[in-house]
Amino acid sequence: MFAISGEEWEVISLSLKVSGVAIGLTLPIAFALAWILARVRFPGKVLLDALVHLPLVLPPVVTGWLLLLAFGNNGPAGRWLAEWFGITFMFRWTGAALAAAVMALPLMVRAMRISIEAVDRRLEDAARTLGASPTRTFFSITLPLAIPGLLAGAVLGFARSIGEFGATITFVSNIPGETRTLPLAIYGALQVPGSEAVVTRLSIIAVALSLLALVASELLARRAGHGRGGHVI
Amino acid sequence: MSFEIAVERRLGDAIICADFTSGAGLTALFGPSGAGKTSILNMVAGLLRPDRGRIAIGGELLFDSAAGIAMPVEARRAGYVFQDGRLFLHKRVRDNLLYGWNRALPANRWMNLDDAVAFLGIGHLLDRWPRTLSGGEAQRVAIGRALLSGPRFLLMDEPLSSLDAARREEIMGVIERLRDELALPILYVSHDRSEVERLAGQVVPVGL
Repeated sequence: MFAISGEEWEVISLSLKVSGVAIGLTLPIAFALAWILARVRFPGKVLLDALVHLPLVLPPVVTGWLLLLAFGNNGPAGRWLAEWFGITFMFRWTGAALAAAVMALPLMVRAMRISIEAVDRRLEDAARTLGASPTRTFFSITLPLAIPGLLAGAVLGFARSIGEFGATITFVSNIPGETRTLPLAIYGALQVPGSEAVVTRLSIIAVALSLLALVASELLARRAGHGRGGHVI
Repeated sequence: MSFEIAVERRLGDAIICADFTSGAGLTALFGPSGAGKTSILNMVAGLLRPDRGRIAIGGELLFDSAAGIAMPVEARRAGYVFQDGRLFLHKRVRDNLLYGWNRALPANRWMNLDDAVAFLGIGHLLDRWPRTLSGGEAQRVAIGRALLSGPRFLLMDEPLSSLDAARREEIMGVIERLRDELALPILYVSHDRSEVERLAGQVVPVGL
């Protein structure tokens, strides 16, 4: 029952690749957005906040369709990226990664924003009086103190993108080896009579991956907590 | 003259202003809570920008609104001891102590870790995390961290207020030794008359 076939391994490794790339590339963007929302005052902040959160509340199918309009072969962003960088998204794993990144972004920004807001700015003032420039203060005080929240954000985003389904299947369809990630494979297997064993195996793997991600982040956050008892979950 | 300060700053409905000069030794800013004493220290440190005025210490100009001069915080070489300690929670005591020392130019350092540890009696705390320190221990470390950054003057914001009577006496002794042995000009904020009478060579009333 629990022999994982080569095809299933392909699904698992593709899921990890898609989510890993999505989170890795989104991390700096999510952090920058979280920083702006936590620390900068400007007109139109409410609008930016709402835009970032949009994928959280939109039907994923709509997000997928919007991605198709923007990043499809005839979409403005898609054409530009293809011309200048040779990156295409249609029916490719890059498209699955883009969909996963967009869907994970709101969760990542939320967790990171909370952790940045939790950093005591009076400690930054103290660092400045001790001779640290603003940049130095950021890297030696703000960033280390915010690390548990940044990890929490990354892990939440990773877990979310492992489970991403609606936007992906709308945007880049269900192509084996390219866009067939875990949830799409499970959905596909459910359409075929007599494949309960496959569904069960893939579902257990999905549960295990998600649990593993959460536990790993908790351990990392504890280490980064330096006796401060930082928690992710 | 050590401190030459004439500043004004509006915060909400209140206008905080100070105008005084003082000599060497310890100068106390004395007044009730909420009178703006801490804001004055923050203006001297550069953490709060005055609306107008002039701040010079030991003849060096730190701020002058008329001349458009505002030295950045990190260049002022203020040894600021905060009311609440403000130790860096993610660094052990040793790294807290060395934070400013590591950033100071070698020529500006006038104390090393061993001197500070001996002066404050904190050798047994070096490997501890700030969260595990008592109030008195944390305040000693905060003083040590400020001294090790090679400051030209000290700013102390009610450093005794969070301590019990025995710890107050102990830290008060440390402050007297700072004043007498190190000959650093000190600007000291307090609302406690007995504290001010014992420590200060000069008293500047704020909001009285």
